[in-house]
Amino acid sequence: MYGKGIAKGLWVTFRHFVNTYLDDIRYAGRKYLRQDNFEIRQGLKAQGAFTVQYPDEKLAVPERFRFIPFLVVEDPDHPERPNHDWCTSCGICAKVCPPQCIWIVRGSDPATGRPIPEPEAFYIDIDICMNCGYCAEFCPFDAIKMDHDYELASYDRTRHHIHDKQRLSKPLSYWKQIAPTTALEEAIERGGWEHPDIIKVMKKAGKEPVQPTAENMFAKPAALTATVPEPPAAEAAADADPAKAERLRKREEALAGKRAAEGGEAPAAAAPPAASAAPAAESKPAETLAPGGKPKFDKQAMLAKIRERKAK
Amino acid sequence: MTDYPIVEATDIPAAITALKQHYPDAVKEDTRQGYSGVVVDRKRLVEIAKFIRDDLGFDYLSSATAVDYYGIADEMEMVYHAYRTAGGPALVFKAQTPRDNPEIPSLVEIWPGADFQEREAWDLYGIRFPGHPNLKRILLWEGFHGHPMRKDWHEAYYEQDHKPFDSRWPAGHVRRAEELNVYGKNVRYPADIDLSKLSDRSEEALYSDLGLGVSIQELEGDASLKTDRLVVNMGPHHPSTHGVFRMIITLNGETIESLEPVMGYLHRNHEKIGERNTFLHNMPFTDRLDYISSMSNNLGYALAVEQLLAKGARYQPPTYRAEVIRVLMVELTRIVNHYWAIGFLLNDLGAFFTPALYAIAEREKILDFFEATAGSRMMCNYMRFGGVFKDIPERIRSVANLVNDRVRDFNTMEYLTELINERIPRSIDELDEFLTESEIVKSRSIGVGYLPPEMAIAYSAAGPLLRASGVPYDVRRAEPYSIYPELDFDIAVRTHGDIYDRYLIRLDEMRESVRILKQILPRLERTRGEPIFAGSKQHTPRVPLGEAYGRVENPKGELGFYIVSAGDEKGPQNPWRYHVRAPSFINLTALGQMCIGHKVADVVAILGSIDIVLGETDR
Amino acid sequence: MSQLDLRELNSTEFPIPDEMQGNVAITSLSKIYNWSRRSSMWPLLFGLACCAIEMIATAASRYDLSRFGMEVMRASPRQSDLMIVSGTVTKKMVVPIVRLYNQMPEPKYVLAMGACASGGGPFKEGYNVVSGIDQYLPVDVYVPGCPPTPQALLFGLIALQKKIDGQSLANLDDVPWYGVGPSEPTPIPILGPDIIDPRQMDLIRRQAELAAAGKPYGIREIPAPVQKQEAPQVEAKTKAASEGSEDEAKAERMRKREEALARKKARQGS
Repeated sequence: MYGKGIAKGLWVTFRHFVNTYLDDIRYAGRKYLRQDNFEIRQGLKAQGAFTVQYPDEKLAVPERFRFIPFLVVEDPDHPERPNHDWCTSCGICAKVCPPQCIWIVRGSDPATGRPIPEPEAFYIDIDICMNCGYCAEFCPFDAIKMDHDYELASYDRTRHHIHDKQRLSKPLSYWKQIAPTTALEEAIERGGWEHPDIIKVMKKAGKEPVQPTAENMFAKPAALTATVPEPPAAEAAADADPAKAERLRKREEALAGKRAAEGGEAPAAAAPPAASAAPAAESKPAETLAPGGKPKFDKQAMLAKIRERKAK
Repeated sequence: MTDYPIVEATDIPAAITALKQHYPDAVKEDTRQGYSGVVVDRKRLVEIAKFIRDDLGFDYLSSATAVDYYGIADEMEMVYHAYRTAGGPALVFKAQTPRDNPEIPSLVEIWPGADFQEREAWDLYGIRFPGHPNLKRILLWEGFHGHPMRKDWHEAYYEQDHKPFDSRWPAGHVRRAEELNVYGKNVRYPADIDLSKLSDRSEEALYSDLGLGVSIQELEGDASLKTDRLVVNMGPHHPSTHGVFRMIITLNGETIESLEPVMGYLHRNHEKIGERNTFLHNMPFTDRLDYISSMSNNLGYALAVEQLLAKGARYQPPTYRAEVIRVLMVELTRIVNHYWAIGFLLNDLGAFFTPALYAIAEREKILDFFEATAGSRMMCNYMRFGGVFKDIPERIRSVANLVNDRVRDFNTMEYLTELINERIPRSIDELDEFLTESEIVKSRSIGVGYLPPEMAIAYSAAGPLLRASGVPYDVRRAEPYSIYPELDFDIAVRTHGDIYDRYLIRLDEMRESVRILKQILPRLERTRGEPIFAGSKQHTPRVPLGEAYGRVENPKGELGFYIVSAGDEKGPQNPWRYHVRAPSFINLTALGQMCIGHKVADVVAILGSIDIVLGETDR
Repeated sequence: MSQLDLRELNSTEFPIPDEMQGNVAITSLSKIYNWSRRSSMWPLLFGLACCAIEMIATAASRYDLSRFGMEVMRASPRQSDLMIVSGTVTKKMVVPIVRLYNQMPEPKYVLAMGACASGGGPFKEGYNVVSGIDQYLPVDVYVPGCPPTPQALLFGLIALQKKIDGQSLANLDDVPWYGVGPSEPTPIPILGPDIIDPRQMDLIRRQAELAAAGKPYGIREIPAPVQKQEAPQVEAKTKAASEGSEDEAKAERMRKREEALARKKARQGS
């Protein structure tokens, strides 16, 4: 019979139509009250799909959800280094980033000019970021993670879409909150809730870090050691190697000379790096800021350094 | 459906020997490290290609692509991959041409499927193809300066040949690329630009050879009536073109006389960027090829690079659990894609949005699983060389972090079991009940857009388009990969080759996918806790020299990645050539043929039945 | 939820007795006008790339755009108020996009969805990619993400509604389309050897002259690092400097142009 197929199709739409109301009646008055009802309606048991009333209720995102990355810093109540960056500015995230949207200025010791395991500036251009999650996946220090905050719309991209270190930094407890299982897995792999470098220092000092469990996740970390974590192995090696130390000193002198030569005539050129360093300095805890302020970052000298290292 | 045997590897060396016997002075074996196949004298290419097709039986030209060996040799190369539709590996043959005046005879008359691919090579590499009927730019516009895929062509925002860029670390002062360019707009002009002669020739070139202004009666010898051909321009902004596709249709009354696809409106330089990226960088970019089925794209690329890595000494193949998870993801993706394809095909047929809404609602359930496992609904970036990103989680759990968050929490295996055993079969049946027998669907689609099997093969059509024409060719069986050999499933084949059969074959394939998934579930249980990654994860692996062509049966057809690793003796970190054989792109070659003689309203339906995605068509 | 609640129309400066809350609203013309505009934004049915799929998912049943009065996606630009630029804008595509934008009636809004539409996204470096639709069109709201999830897009749309709410009829800068005369169409880019923005003709001409003189062409000689907004003094200084140089450049440009015109006239005369 002609038209039977159409009638069958219409029956399907009619069934959908009726089912919606049946379901509403079944959960009358309870659909916003009980969590399990919500789960059923967003799960497989429900017929069809149920609308998420967006600004009033939001569909929470799963743990592995990735949006824009953020930088992990110590909690503000950390006994030894509150708000300290986990990032050691090793640069792996910048290398592994497919669209190359991460910019890092490696930190240097204000006294010696040697690199220290801490970024001076860290930028992510979220207009380029493709949310792939490689930075978080390959970071050896668990210092960069993918955020779950997707509510980022803005009216102006020039000012809001390059996230600097201050904007990117979020405490470790935030990461534990948004991804408890993953954070626990990572901590077990690291061997403690602390930063890998601190764990290393603790082990050297003969102290065993607390084994991470779901229970002690949000416990306040006890005072660990009296010593501030050592600079990384590279620098220690430089100290041990007198020839390298000598080289470093010479480079320092050359650098200072160059700075003096440039200082008088090119203030404009030196100003922008200083400006970009300023917000980074703000985000740093007071005690890590050297009283005299940091020397201005010299890009040319840094590039020369890199070239020299590559040549070797 | 036919029972289809697994084909053993056919004897490629024998074919090469036969070639060498017949053309002793024009064919020599490719002896470069890691390369395979033969290099053919370009002057006799057409003749040899005919022999390969007719006498050796390699009737299906899968991929034809150019490679620029600037800096290694002063040559460009066309690489052809020909297959037998009976199954088996590829016969690879190449033709070389000097860089300064590149010219290779066209193979369009042997394989019409080479049409668009040769136009692409002309557009991006500047290789001319004498004998090509319509050698115009295809992805860029007529009048564009230069051929951008050449290695010595640099774009406006060019920074360095290879990533990672030195400016990012350790002195990474943030800078937008616009600020380095005078125009701030990603443009650069030739130094001898003449502004007085500036004009937009791109449109003119499109319409130039359509025979406008010649009346139909004049052509047919009857001058009593003066009617003209009508040219209708559809797209790039058109609700039924599945994105930014454009067709220039020449009509006689309402009947289509010719149809020319115009593309490139989403040409985002995937391959150029891919050659600058490291091997791993390319993985998330493949997500954005066919953005509805990112998992399958990931797998195709992973397979291609693993082929190259396998030439190295320390290579470890992916673990069994990784393979199981890969197949799980890929088959779920096939279902997602076919939901989408059927929903929007019905949209094109005029059932505005109701079937599409039902299909999208079901798709969301699978996306929830992808989001919990890979981290993103669409851009999964899940496969790695040697395994997958992470094991599937114990629980599909969402975590509240903003205000008003509503949390969900399911056991993953329970969720999957219910999804595969109940939810998906039920919704497929419902779609079937809803649409298959509808008289409107039937009258709009039966007999429309017919593509005969021999033409489907000649046009290098792939996927549902090829199988709906009665050719039982499926890469999963023809050249099996992953754990497909041990899985029990049939290749869906239909014989009428029209829109209706292409719709039906998608339903069949979804059912076959469910059948595969049901076999995957016990394997998932059995391998629980086993490693998902072989060896150690490297972020910039060095890849042994050579070439590889990895192909998978994507929901839309055969997706191939042709990858060349060259230029660095230690094994480069960046691919020298990264080419995507995109099924959507090559399937469109047959679109013009399929549309001729039909009414203008059928065009959207025929296009919908091919199921294209512009991210992949234009790359 | 979709029911009209009069309370959202109320202007706070007029007190309404409790018992009449919800029945009566005292409001300003601007407010009621904005409320009706923002509650029936009709987007252009228009998808570019990956983000379009998420846009469709947003319009579908789970996230349901019709709760915001936006489900009526119009295929014709003449009937739409909002252009959701959902995906990578290529040079080839920006020509039709500008044309579509010009065809939309005022008041019109543009929402850049995703990283590509906002600033070029991961494909920014590509030779055929426009680094953000705001190079050509004024954008009202940017929604970051690659792609933004449906909820992120909804957040952006709500942000747009808030923006509309803030536009006052009394302020002509907010609602320029009620001013005198037709609004100026955006010049349509030309597909020449590369894409050409007609607004940049002078710049291109100047660069061509530089090239003729053997100077580097197309690349800034001294790349300037990004000025951070947080450092106002530095910014002010450089801004002033650049303005000065721009003025000089402009004068130079004008002079050259006049010379060229004179030459042309002379040629035509002879």
